[in-house]
Amino acid sequence: MREVDVTELTDAVKRMVIESNYYIVDDVSNALKKAYEKETSETGKAILKMIFANHEVSRKEKMPMCQDTGVAVFFVEIGQEIHLVNGNYEDAINEGVRQGYKEGYLRKSMVGDPVIERKNTGDNTPAVIHTRIVRGDKIKIIVAPKGGGSENMSEVRMMKAADGMEGVMDFVVERVSKSGGNPCPPVIVGVGIGGDFEMSAILAKKSLLRNIGERNSNPKYAKVEEELLERINKLGIGPMGLGGKTTALEVFIEYIPCHIASMPVAVNLNCHVARHIKIII
Amino acid sequence: MAEYKLKTPLEEKDLEKLKIGDQILLSGIIYTARDAAHKKVVDLIEKNEPLPFDMKGAVIYYVGPAPAKPGYAIGSAGPTTSYRMDPYAPILMNHGLKGMIGKGPRSQSVIDSMVKNKAVYLAAVGGAAALIAKSIKKAEIIAYEDLKSEAIRRLEVEDFPCVVANDIYGNDLYKEGTAKYKEE
Repeated sequence: MREVDVTELTDAVKRMVIESNYYIVDDVSNALKKAYEKETSETGKAILKMIFANHEVSRKEKMPMCQDTGVAVFFVEIGQEIHLVNGNYEDAINEGVRQGYKEGYLRKSMVGDPVIERKNTGDNTPAVIHTRIVRGDKIKIIVAPKGGGSENMSEVRMMKAADGMEGVMDFVVERVSKSGGNPCPPVIVGVGIGGDFEMSAILAKKSLLRNIGERNSNPKYAKVEEELLERINKLGIGPMGLGGKTTALEVFIEYIPCHIASMPVAVNLNCHVARHIKIII
Repeated sequence: MAEYKLKTPLEEKDLEKLKIGDQILLSGIIYTARDAAHKKVVDLIEKNEPLPFDMKGAVIYYVGPAPAKPGYAIGSAGPTTSYRMDPYAPILMNHGLKGMIGKGPRSQSVIDSMVKNKAVYLAAVGGAAALIAKSIKKAEIIAYEDLKSEAIRRLEVEDFPCVVANDIYGNDLYKEGTAKYKEE
């Protein structure tokens, strides 16, 4: 048994929410640069250039890349040999969010009652926390702040087995096509297949944590990822939806077993800022 | 695709030359408003009460900025998605609004209202929020402070970069740009 003080989590979370909002991750930055070389739209190229300039400004001035610093989404794996002490686990994460969003001058974008009051909670809490208990004595924390623009263009569809992979692919392409410029393309497309209603959505979001270029380990699904990327980049939507060849930087699929009667498919889009950062305690 | 420098308040003669795809550097005073502020302003119009700013020739920027660090005029301030303001935009254009800045396509009724009222929609680059903040020289909350990031702010901007997405002739860069680069 290894004891971990929850204030360690708070401190890590505080640093991570700030850093993930200030600095572009390398794989996304490289993918955007490659996209620039291939882009033929003049407007598209001008937009990509502004995105590069923005990365420079945010890095130098220590400002968030996007004003929508997102809902703070966590994927945490806790080793079963860990004993957390000195406080509650979820409270500790929320405290880190509270401190990080304040000290990092990040926007507070959460409302309490989502329908009637819609009053801002003032500190960007509560976070969305997905936790798994795994073997070992380490804690892995991933934070992926998620903006509203791309999240709003996401969808879960309960499909039929008869729809097959063709049906799944048509749904993914249709979702990206209908989203147009809204989710801040070039997007990263996360697809979760199987499980049940909510698991498909969690899988889709989790797939967005993969590095650009990292294919599904099943060659059949890897091939579908590549075909989908090609189809999506033929849509013409382009950077910010104003026309061009770069609509998506990547398509990731994750799948798990599901009920004999079901085939849930979730599409979660991510914007070109694609924030995520990992730490192991 | 031309490049123009524009100054607010916008006048019809400034807008006549603009075509979709033109790159704009905008200077002058613009006002921020998102969903909640739009609802409040439209309520005022319906009650015939005074508005927080003069709508004639005005430009509204759809943004909820991040907090300003000490010594900065404003925090990161990129555009939010515009379709959420579509139910309100025609009412504001009928009252003199000449320009909107945001991201993402507009509904046909907003496009029709732009033609009728000779107003334009300018697309700013979503996610380029730190860069855009550099073109904002001053920011002051003028209404609905309780809405926090969604309050109405008066911004003084210098060479704010954007692209004409809808001109006064009914053209739509979202449709035409996508059609141009679509491959079968």
